[in-house]
Amino acid sequence: MKRWFSVFFVGGVIAYRGLFNWIRPALYIPTMLGSPIFQLIFFTKLGEYAHAESRDFYIVGNAVQVCAMSSVYGMTMAVANERWFGTLGPLLASPANRAAVFLGRGLPVLANGLLVSAFTFAMGALLLGFSPGLASVPALAAVVLVTVTSCTCFGMLLGSIGLRAKDFFFVANLAYFLMLLFCGVNIPLSELPGWMSFVGRCLPLTHGIAAAREVAAGASLGDVSGLVWTEAGIAVAYAVGAYVLFRVLERESRRSAVLDSY
Amino acid sequence: MSILRLIWSGFTMNLKMLGTSSFFLLTSVVQPIIFATIAFYMFESGGRSGTLLYASLGAGMMGVWSTTLFGSGGMIGWQRWQGTLELGVGAPPPLTLVYLPFTLANAFTGMYAMAATLLWGRIVFGVPLRFVHPALFALALPATVVALGLMGLVLASTFILYRYANAMSNLLEYPVWVASGLVFSVALLPTWTRPISWALPPYWGILAIRHAALGGPVWGPLGMLALLGVASVVISVFTFRIFERLARERATLSLT
Repeated sequence: MKRWFSVFFVGGVIAYRGLFNWIRPALYIPTMLGSPIFQLIFFTKLGEYAHAESRDFYIVGNAVQVCAMSSVYGMTMAVANERWFGTLGPLLASPANRAAVFLGRGLPVLANGLLVSAFTFAMGALLLGFSPGLASVPALAAVVLVTVTSCTCFGMLLGSIGLRAKDFFFVANLAYFLMLLFCGVNIPLSELPGWMSFVGRCLPLTHGIAAAREVAAGASLGDVSGLVWTEAGIAVAYAVGAYVLFRVLERESRRSAVLDSY
Repeated sequence: MSILRLIWSGFTMNLKMLGTSSFFLLTSVVQPIIFATIAFYMFESGGRSGTLLYASLGAGMMGVWSTTLFGSGGMIGWQRWQGTLELGVGAPPPLTLVYLPFTLANAFTGMYAMAATLLWGRIVFGVPLRFVHPALFALALPATVVALGLMGLVLASTFILYRYANAMSNLLEYPVWVASGLVFSVALLPTWTRPISWALPPYWGILAIRHAALGGPVWGPLGMLALLGVASVVISVFTFRIFERLARERATLSLT
């Protein structure tokens, strides 16, 4: 059990340090902190110009969604870069528990996603006048924690695809942009066609963002518990799906001898 | 004549390379369509359905900028990875001339974005494609693309020195969309940002394109595009020279 936790925590951190391309400050600051600020400003101003929703609607939606910068890209890199750097073979040849190897990589990604979201919320308060009230901050933090977790689990699924897909960054980029469209980040689900809002409800972020908006407007955590539990359920579903896909693709890659091939 | 041949060869070669890149397919077609769709729904939600062509043009220009930005930033980075940057730097023609056709090809690929968002708007959202000045639109679009290509030269020159060009590209995408007022008026921004907007070719490009399509003065913005284009060439000649020398002195030219 001790070894399991060692692989989970230490292995996860080492893998993150080695495989996350944007970990250096010169890359991290512009990409993970700079870009979300301008995404926030862009959609808030666009919403203001379109007379669509309130300013807080866009601030909360985007401040939560930017965690996908870490969750989607970070998790994709944490798995798929093993293949790119040629270390996937030795990793899979090791006797380490696969669940510990795989899930451990999600922990630093999760922490980073929380940091990026918190930073963007702070920038929303500083630059755009977002003021949810101090009393709602703990509940907001709890909702964001669940949402970032579910987004990280979704990132794990995409990362697993990176075990076999030739162009995994295409998949990650596409997923990030589609989340902006489908997850109610900038458009209320009621405005989208039925099939799009259905897809949105099956994705991470959607219920979390809805809960965060209600909490920011003064609702308690109990008031949004249904949304939060749904988001948590989606997280579990994606985590299980990602792990199963990882094992299936690992086995198939061994069987067809395409582990490190492009 | 040899200069024209150089430009044409570089332009066609880069166009072929971009045509095989799924990243450029994403930047120049898929991403603009997604952003156009978001803008359409936001405008519809706000009851501003008359502005759908406005959104379509803006989203298309967003794609032109993204393609220019990532193309120009990535150009130096990719050449570093492929080990061909030193060959380009060591070639007899001035560096500006070596990279001009590349940045023009990048911006030209961005025109796919405009075509994609206009077609998407027409087919999916029924946006009427009736332009007030069609001939001027046909002039404004390539003029904007050329001006952005020339601006890409300045970006590419700075990326010779900066090893993390892709991070800078990630950072600069949204700010230029914001400061250029591509899908909303810059009047929403603080007054101190106005000079920044005026210095950006995408600001004048979208004005020219929007006025040609929806009505308004076109020649003024086109004149500004020409002026900024010339300024970009002059600046890039100096920046290429300075940054190339610094990169040689620090021995960082080929470092990835």
